[in-house]
Amino acid sequence: MDYKEETIAAIATPIGAGGIGIIRVSGHNAETIARKIFRSKRPIKSFDSFRLYLGHIIDPKSNLPVDEVLLSIMHAPFSYTREDVVEVNSHSGYTILSSMLQIILRAGARLAKPGEFTLRAFLNGRIDLTQAEAIIDLINAKGDMSVRLAASQLVGGLRTRTEDIRHAIIEILARIEASMDFPDEESTMITRSHIADHINKEILTSVEEVIAAYAQRKIWHEGVAVVIAGRVNVGKSSILNRFLQEERAIVTPIPGTTRDILEYMVTIEGIPVKLLDTAGIRKVKGKIEKKGVDLTKTQLTAADLTLLVIDRSRSLSQYDLNLLREVNKNNTIVVINKIDLPAKLSEEKIGSTFEHLPKVKISALTGEGFKELNRAIFDKVMDKKIDVPPTPIVPNLRHKIALSEAAAFLEKASVNLVNGFPLEIVAADLSWAKDAIDEITGNKTSEEILNNIFSRFCLGK
Amino acid sequence: MSYYPKKYDIIVVGAGHAGCEAALAAARMGCSVLMMTIDLDGIARMPCSPSIGGVAKGQLVKEIDALGGEMAKVTDKTAIQYRLLNTKKGPAVQSSRTQNDKIRYHIAMKEALEKEPNLDIKQAMVEKLVVENNHLVGIEDQTGFGYQAPAVILSTGTFLSGLVHIGFTSIRAGRAGEFASYGLPESLRSLGFNLGRMKTGTPPRLKKSTIDFTRFAKQEGDENPRPFSLFTKEIKMPQIPCYIGYTNKKSHQIVRDNLERSALYGGKITGVPARYCPSMEDKIVRFSERDKHQIILEPEGIDTEEIYASGLGNSLPMDVQIPFVRSVEGLEEVEMMRPAYAIEYDYVDPLQLFPTLETKPIKGLYMAGQINGTSGYEEAAAQGIWAGINAALKIQKRPPFLLDRSEAYMAVMVDDLVTRGTEEPYRMFTSRAEYRLLLREDNAEQRLMEKGNELGLIDDETAKEMKKRQKKISAECHRIKNTVITPSKEVNDYLIKAGSAPIKNATPLDQILKRPELSYQDISTLDGHHKKKDERIARHVEIEVKYEGYIQRQLREVEKFKSLEKIKIPPEFDYTGVHGLSNELREKLSTIKPISLGQASRIPGITPAAISIIMIYLKKTGSLL
Repeated sequence: MDYKEETIAAIATPIGAGGIGIIRVSGHNAETIARKIFRSKRPIKSFDSFRLYLGHIIDPKSNLPVDEVLLSIMHAPFSYTREDVVEVNSHSGYTILSSMLQIILRAGARLAKPGEFTLRAFLNGRIDLTQAEAIIDLINAKGDMSVRLAASQLVGGLRTRTEDIRHAIIEILARIEASMDFPDEESTMITRSHIADHINKEILTSVEEVIAAYAQRKIWHEGVAVVIAGRVNVGKSSILNRFLQEERAIVTPIPGTTRDILEYMVTIEGIPVKLLDTAGIRKVKGKIEKKGVDLTKTQLTAADLTLLVIDRSRSLSQYDLNLLREVNKNNTIVVINKIDLPAKLSEEKIGSTFEHLPKVKISALTGEGFKELNRAIFDKVMDKKIDVPPTPIVPNLRHKIALSEAAAFLEKASVNLVNGFPLEIVAADLSWAKDAIDEITGNKTSEEILNNIFSRFCLGK
Repeated sequence: MSYYPKKYDIIVVGAGHAGCEAALAAARMGCSVLMMTIDLDGIARMPCSPSIGGVAKGQLVKEIDALGGEMAKVTDKTAIQYRLLNTKKGPAVQSSRTQNDKIRYHIAMKEALEKEPNLDIKQAMVEKLVVENNHLVGIEDQTGFGYQAPAVILSTGTFLSGLVHIGFTSIRAGRAGEFASYGLPESLRSLGFNLGRMKTGTPPRLKKSTIDFTRFAKQEGDENPRPFSLFTKEIKMPQIPCYIGYTNKKSHQIVRDNLERSALYGGKITGVPARYCPSMEDKIVRFSERDKHQIILEPEGIDTEEIYASGLGNSLPMDVQIPFVRSVEGLEEVEMMRPAYAIEYDYVDPLQLFPTLETKPIKGLYMAGQINGTSGYEEAAAQGIWAGINAALKIQKRPPFLLDRSEAYMAVMVDDLVTRGTEEPYRMFTSRAEYRLLLREDNAEQRLMEKGNELGLIDDETAKEMKKRQKKISAECHRIKNTVITPSKEVNDYLIKAGSAPIKNATPLDQILKRPELSYQDISTLDGHHKKKDERIARHVEIEVKYEGYIQRQLREVEKFKSLEKIKIPPEFDYTGVHGLSNELREKLSTIKPISLGQASRIPGITPAAISIIMIYLKKTGSLL
């Protein structure tokens, strides 16, 4: 059966997380893969279940160590999925983690789909039947999130590029298919060298550019600019710290954008977010009062999304109301902080003042409500289609794997064309390239090539 | 109603290419079969082109042959030209095509039917299906006389509410000059079937002696024709050429000037036409930049003057058709014997079918051919044998005959029809088959003959011979991989002469054969002490070795594909109670009732998440272990 044949792998901790990162591998090949890529001081004859092994992940290509890790194996059926599970624990950041994942995928695993570990746990009887619906919700939620993320403008640049690449492949496929399915028609005749040229010069170049963008990781210098706004002592700084800590983010203060504002990169529900921090200004107390709303204005214009923080344990001040007037209502979430303290602000008052703005209740102190806040930020970014100019190309690991695969097939197709291989072999290369691209764009309709043929050629008796 | 005293197992309605294969398969499997047709002289008629096979269609014919069907045999008996298409392109898209003598084709097929002991053939127009408790029990003819059978296969072609158009003249006809059935579609509607309307057409027939063939390029058939059928020992018919010519600006102007007088552009036609088979009007509107279109003159037979003018199809009135046809160089003086016409007909939405081609609403009712929204003799015949086999198996209480998309073109077609439906007349293309490299003409016997034997449609002797050939093929593949050839002057001279690079080290033969410029013939020469092999085996070995990597990859894909096919969804599975599926998907799944998770995954709009969800429910309800 499908899920028993394939071994799956994924980074199990949130993307962008600092601290410990875990890669989980599940399936009957998990141990074989571990043997291929893990090297410890003393060779291991047989892995014991539930034991931590210290060693290095080795890139079998170069035979060089990538990172020091702790590796553990849980043999079936005593694991989360009831399959053989290998977990790799690393202290490294996302980049190293993802290159280790790539090594694991090359060693014979496939990237897990959203919710797939849990799905397997269920299918293998590890999870109670009564939880079936909860698992469905999980699959739907995760899938929904990634679909919306993919469709958003954030990765829009990548999407446009991959759609273009895909379309170019389909056009070539249509020409080749037409020449095979309609051999009597003169209009379908093709010249191999032209097509090979087109693949090399147009399509491959484009694919390689996107792959290169992965290496540059442009996203880590872009992201959605989020400003935390609010009056003094409303808890901005605690909220910022909570974000940095909760998300276990790669905290990267980027000094020098302006002298007053520091930027921190975090990921929230998979979205790269640039938190604009006014910490620098806060220290110079008194100046704030003078600059007042003017300063906030500058911040607000720089932001794609504003978190308007109010303090529920105190009444609203004039500052709060001024701020409300300044913010772009489309890009604002009202964050009601300090819910751990007795409430002074009534629900009605909040409702009548902030009307339809989305509201999230949190406690920066206890961390309560941050899950909802993250979700609200994700929803806002997705639904409002916040513009993030200039739109960066942001391939992630999944994209990069797919693109590299596509590039390999395209090269093959072009070589086979020149070497006079049969056209359906070339077509097979190209359609595998298309399949790889489909992994990114998610659209897979079988009629497209035929549609393209019929719009291009006048065929038939 | 009075009934004919004899009760049948299966009644086949319609004697076209689908009906003939269906009736023969069921009768040969031991069922008592009655075939009914409006006109006994119309059996296995070719109402459009006089040609069998073609790219992807040739594969279908070979598959029918490997399952013990009749089409390939009759084709060989009546073919007046053979052409292997795409010889320069590659093995998977190489297909056979013949030109056939239409009258001889009809006679040869009728003869095969008449010889079948379990088969009665009767001329009658079926007007009504007799159904009790959603089970089919029989049919009623135009005179109100009934025939009883627990299974009926409808293969009615273009006859359901058939309407022929020439200009603004519309005639009720199943084909020009033949009665159409207006009762049967009503009967189907009243049983709850959803019917749609399609359009097709046929070009004019021209009198040979009035054509100036010097203005056309001659197109000969293959010098060494290969028979279609594995059972054909010898090709006896004389071989006749076709002729290629072109329309011109003048022809296009005539059509353009009279567009609104055509049935197609004058608003007479509501049926959906096929994009791959455009009428002249469509070609001129949609591809206005072209100043010529190819036409092929194909003989309709040996004893007739009639010439099929492929490419001149239209729905124009007579006074336009004549000058239009005569505007073509070489046809200035031509006498048109039959005009071109368009025809509209009802089809039954194939989403109402199970993969056996039995209908979901009425048990025992099967449909095959154009009634399912397809086009083409070969597509029809393939569905015919499929439905005939399945109806017979049901009567005999045996498990159904279901091939999957990795096994046969016919399975690709059936799966497409019952899973995705069709918006236009469905024609087979090689690009529809994702495992195309595995679905070749040359390996059709390997793919299907054993199954034909199990069904009782292929005799043991033939099956045994096939197995022997397969053994020889794998032995030869093995030998080639394990034979090493050492570089010598003789070897390298030969390679250079063949346009290939010389070898420096000892090299296995399969590596040499993998070079695109070399053939199995070259390998045999290089490899001296090697006795001559059966041509069929040689071809097969060459393909298996040359494209090994690609074939292996497709085989791996097939493995993955099969894993989902194996997860069956019980027919009574209730999607309304499935949490987490959108209403739209629930509705689709409830209508289509996929038999496996694989089929479900191919329904348009189904996401991987939806598949996981169904899997979870299968597990929950105990259908998945």
